[in-house]
Amino acid sequence: MEHETGHGLRSYLIGFVLAVVLSAVPFWLVYTHALPPQRTLLVIGIAAILQVLVHLRFFLHINFTTTPRENVLALVFTALLLFIMVGGSFWIMFDLHARMAL
Amino acid sequence: MSVAHMSAHEREEIETEEQRALGFWLYLMGDAVIFALLFATYAIMIPGTDGGPTGKQLFELNNAAIETALLLVSSMTFGFASLQVKAGNRGAVLLWLAITFVLGAAFVFLEVREFAGMIAKGAGPDRSGFLSAFFTLVGTHGVHVTMGLLWIVILGAQVAFKGLTLPVASRLHRLGLFWHFLDIAWVGIFSIVYLPGLL
Repeated sequence: MEHETGHGLRSYLIGFVLAVVLSAVPFWLVYTHALPPQRTLLVIGIAAILQVLVHLRFFLHINFTTTPRENVLALVFTALLLFIMVGGSFWIMFDLHARMAL
Repeated sequence: MSVAHMSAHEREEIETEEQRALGFWLYLMGDAVIFALLFATYAIMIPGTDGGPTGKQLFELNNAAIETALLLVSSMTFGFASLQVKAGNRGAVLLWLAITFVLGAAFVFLEVREFAGMIAKGAGPDRSGFLSAFFTLVGTHGVHVTMGLLWIVILGAQVAFKGLTLPVASRLHRLGLFWHFLDIAWVGIFSIVYLPGLL
């Protein structure tokens, strides 16, 4: 999957700059308390998701044209598993928590 | 070099390496599941401090920021090493691998120092459910980085002694996947552990 030379130095540099911005913003918000906590939490979450996508695209070179199908399928399947397992854990634990409080 | 010009042997070799890359990718996906469940466990255990110290009292924003910077720069320097593998530049590969190693080692040093400081304050993994989950999650990542460092040393030696042969280049490719993957796991750690903990 790494035999093409389409993704050179530029790819790593773009990824690096985007990752720096997407790290600096949430750290800065926590450092300065510029926004209310709920909003900051939202920004942290969005920046993290975007940064993971940036890493996948620019550092791991995942895309829908040159990356082998099996690799993309495995990635999508893993994302589905994570959603079920993490979402399911939260669902069960928060439900339990709410029932215990009754 | 186009596929048509390769010998059957070369084609077979490349096919094997591609299968190995897929196998390693599947391992990484399994690792991602492990990390995700440790994240879920941690998130659920945050309130379980048993009257002990919370993240706000224990975490240091500066330390987390420096660790983040070290790992991100090391991810980029590994990328530079990968580019030099393609260019066939052995000396430059070794140089970038060495720089990546130093950055990764500095990261592990900061993490060990943080852990030691917490344990000295009586905030070890045995103090509360929250701290058990914290040490398990962040410690698992730290062990991965340490293994990555060991792997960099081994492959550095192979580059030095065997040169950039096809098997060595393919091993470097898999190490690269591993190293970039660890940076992704760290994005999760600072976004779920350190930043919300210090909010």
